[in-house]
Amino acid sequence: MFEGIPILTIITFLPLLAAGFLTLMSKLSRADGKGQIETNAPRVALVTTLAVFGLSLLLLVDFHAADAAYQFTENRDWLGGGIKYRMGLDGISILFVVLTTFLTPLCIIASAKSIKTRMLEYMVAFLILETLMIGVFCAQDMVLFYFFFEAVLLPMFIIIGVWGGKDRVYASYKFFLYTLLGSVLMLAAMLWLYHYSGTVLGEPTTDIRTLQQLDIPAGAQTWLWLAFFASFAVKMPMWPVHTWLPDAHVQAPTSGSVILAGVLLKLGGYGLIRFSIPMFPDASIHFAPLVFWLSVIAIIYTSLVAYRQKDMKKLIAYSSVAHMGFVTMGIFAMNVQGMQGAVFQMISHGVVSGALFFTVGIIYDRMHTREIAFYGGLVKYMPIYAAVFMLFTMANVGLPGTSGFVGELLTMVGAYQVNPWIAFGAAFGMILSAVYALHLYREVVFGEVKNEKLEGIKDMNMREIIIMAPLVIMTIVLGVYPSLITDISAVSVDQLLADFADKVGGN
Amino acid sequence: MGQYTYLAGEAVLAISALALLLVGTFGKTKSVSFIRYASIAALVVFALSGYITGAEGNAFADSFISDGFSRYAKALVGLSAAAALWFSRSYFKQEKLDQFEYSILVLFAVLGMGLMVSAGNLLTLYIGLEMQSLALYVLAAFNRDSLRASEAGLKYFVLGALSSGILLYGMSLIYGFTGSLDFGAIGTYISGTEHLSAGITAGLVFILAGLAFKISAAPFHMWTPDVYEGAPTPVTGFFAGAPKLAALALITRLIMGPFETVPHSWQQVIVVLAVLSMIIGAFGALTQTNIKRLMAYSSIANMGYALVALAAASQAGVEGMLIFMTIYLITVTGTFACILQMRTRDGMVEQISDLGGLSKDNLPLSLAFTAMMFSMAGIPVFMGFLGKWFAFAPAFEAGLTWLVVLALLSSVVGAFYYLRIVKTIWFDDQTHSFVKPPVSLAFLTSTSALFLVAAWLMPFITAPARGLIETAAASLF
Repeated sequence: MFEGIPILTIITFLPLLAAGFLTLMSKLSRADGKGQIETNAPRVALVTTLAVFGLSLLLLVDFHAADAAYQFTENRDWLGGGIKYRMGLDGISILFVVLTTFLTPLCIIASAKSIKTRMLEYMVAFLILETLMIGVFCAQDMVLFYFFFEAVLLPMFIIIGVWGGKDRVYASYKFFLYTLLGSVLMLAAMLWLYHYSGTVLGEPTTDIRTLQQLDIPAGAQTWLWLAFFASFAVKMPMWPVHTWLPDAHVQAPTSGSVILAGVLLKLGGYGLIRFSIPMFPDASIHFAPLVFWLSVIAIIYTSLVAYRQKDMKKLIAYSSVAHMGFVTMGIFAMNVQGMQGAVFQMISHGVVSGALFFTVGIIYDRMHTREIAFYGGLVKYMPIYAAVFMLFTMANVGLPGTSGFVGELLTMVGAYQVNPWIAFGAAFGMILSAVYALHLYREVVFGEVKNEKLEGIKDMNMREIIIMAPLVIMTIVLGVYPSLITDISAVSVDQLLADFADKVGGN
Repeated sequence: MGQYTYLAGEAVLAISALALLLVGTFGKTKSVSFIRYASIAALVVFALSGYITGAEGNAFADSFISDGFSRYAKALVGLSAAAALWFSRSYFKQEKLDQFEYSILVLFAVLGMGLMVSAGNLLTLYIGLEMQSLALYVLAAFNRDSLRASEAGLKYFVLGALSSGILLYGMSLIYGFTGSLDFGAIGTYISGTEHLSAGITAGLVFILAGLAFKISAAPFHMWTPDVYEGAPTPVTGFFAGAPKLAALALITRLIMGPFETVPHSWQQVIVVLAVLSMIIGAFGALTQTNIKRLMAYSSIANMGYALVALAAASQAGVEGMLIFMTIYLITVTGTFACILQMRTRDGMVEQISDLGGLSKDNLPLSLAFTAMMFSMAGIPVFMGFLGKWFAFAPAFEAGLTWLVVLALLSSVVGAFYYLRIVKTIWFDDQTHSFVKPPVSLAFLTSTSALFLVAAWLMPFITAPARGLIETAAASLF
């Protein structure tokens, strides 16, 4: 369908174009037109992001799932010295592109009401953010990947810092510096790879595919793996470098939290799949036990921490860390079930945790507090809300029939084949997740209405129902019919594992 | 004509400087503007002269070299000096300091820099360096009624004289042990001996120490924050740009020229300078509240990064240094054009806190300032990232992995203080309302910011620039 059209470039940069358009409009308008622009900015952003979502669905239709090669590829001269503008999608990355384009319009709809100041700038920041997020998943060049991967920090820094809560400055600094520190180590490893490819191939290159085929000495692999892991572990985030996440989540505006949990956390897992496993297979095997134990600690420990939280967003943030533990566990099981499960879990968590942050946002917009103790008995006034919240709570717990179940089950099946104790620990973590998720639900929705301020709180309005409906549908559809995801990623995952087995067997 | 064409650029500068001096002396205050524009024109001609004449070769018994390297360095020096003159206009007008000598002094300084980057002989090196330095000392104290500026000029002069002494001593040692002042002859002598005598090594270390002072590399950086703070802001902007590149080019010419065959004799020195500069630059800036002092530490750190590229002792290293410095010069020019816009009704302000809430007041300036700071921090999408990429990549080939890791870690510390400016601009409450900036400054900030954001979308600019840099680096080897 897209022969000869640089479709990935279009999808990636369309939001940026809209951002430029909005900025230009605000520049050109007279002083009395500013109000008009503030109201129109979300509309422009919504139309753009919906168009991008539509295009990404067309991509999905046109995508040949049976083909393991990168599709919709583009290859242009860019910076010289082997660094090129390489774009392309495989069965894994296309899922993340669609996840991104799916969540962004919902965020735009949500923020059109909940953001009170500087609407235009907010929309511009969000559109830029979408461009960068799509870019990360499309990039098939190491430098291009790093470009987008790192640049994501900038709009997020601004979003948390300008539109965040009381301690926004602290949270945005922590978010930025934590992730930057991880990333520069990855940058050092990338520089090493760049140099190494030059000595082996004669010409240095940054093509991810070519780099995946390099045979890197085992000693060097160890260091490179650690350097990449430093970056991805912070992004995931894994225990014990997860402490930036609760702060960032609590301070970020609702839609910022949604994108943070929905997409940005997936960058770490995606990076592990794209770089660490295929490029450093020996080191990956060597460090797999470490990752397993870190994952299990993350699952159990952060679940316990989540249970003790007083702030709803913080609770969900800690539960995100626990769920990402399943992802790392699945990836490093290095078998089909584990890897598929990890990909599925990431997509599912993107939908479910995004939805949970929206549900928190809905009552926050009404009451302006996220304290769990403040609420109670909401079911009396907000029956629809209670039902929706129930569904996502169950999905968070991993109840069969919701998308949360499939990913956790697959990753545990994958991990069981490698180390039953790890799977046991993770299963124990699932029980704990029921403890904190149901605790949250009971405290907020059930019980007596003790707080008189809650009298007459309004149920979800049309706007909120429109936001939640696609998320509800996705959660159930993915839970009932997981092949929707697994069919697309299957061939790419098989290919990844086959290459991996070849490289390990060859040495 | 022959060898005189090699000096076409310098000749233009010298003649126009002298002629404009006469115009200024007789033309009273009315000629100040004319002299500024004429000087800018002369600087642009100087910058492009190498590429216009295309002359390549050595003049005056090899004491003056015109090659790809000197051409590229002169282009950068000339253009950034022209930009520095351009952004000084509104400042001097408003501060009632508008005197024609400023332009003339810049011209003389750049003439000295031209000699520096073309030096093929220790004497040319010294003459160029002193010519530049003397002009710079006067520029630092240009606002002679201000105590801070006079202090800055004096401090700069005293320490500069000291470093010149160290430099001269090193030169005398080298002359004594090799019997020549000529780079070529020194090189032949060195490559001919089996063991490098301690005298030559000592001489080289002294010379490098003297030059390290000029690029304000730690531990020879003490003067930088005070001079940056005390000198009039446009002068600081000039200091942070062209002279740094000229001195770095001189170091490059020296170590990749006569001492190319004995990298072990200087590599350690460069590495030590780089490490100290990066660390002191990063940590020293953390507690600064004055934006000019912050920029001083930032330039110390940036010189450290440039030295990382040189420490690789390879052609790719020189290339990396030139790419890094090109981007650095653009950033620093843009940043100072931003700082010059920090003017309230009561005059210039220099504290970082004065930028509070700028984004509500002046969005274009805030965006440009943010772009500069992120670029300096080396965050991708901005060109500063590419500068670091190309500067650090060669060091890996030289096996200096630890140095690169250290450089990257120190850039995280650096990110912290650049972020503080971004934070002040976007997150804090408004403290001042700045007066509307003159178009010349707004133009300079927005073009350089635009370049930093979008240059990677413009292969039609970056590709030829890459080509020039490659030829420049290749001409040294």
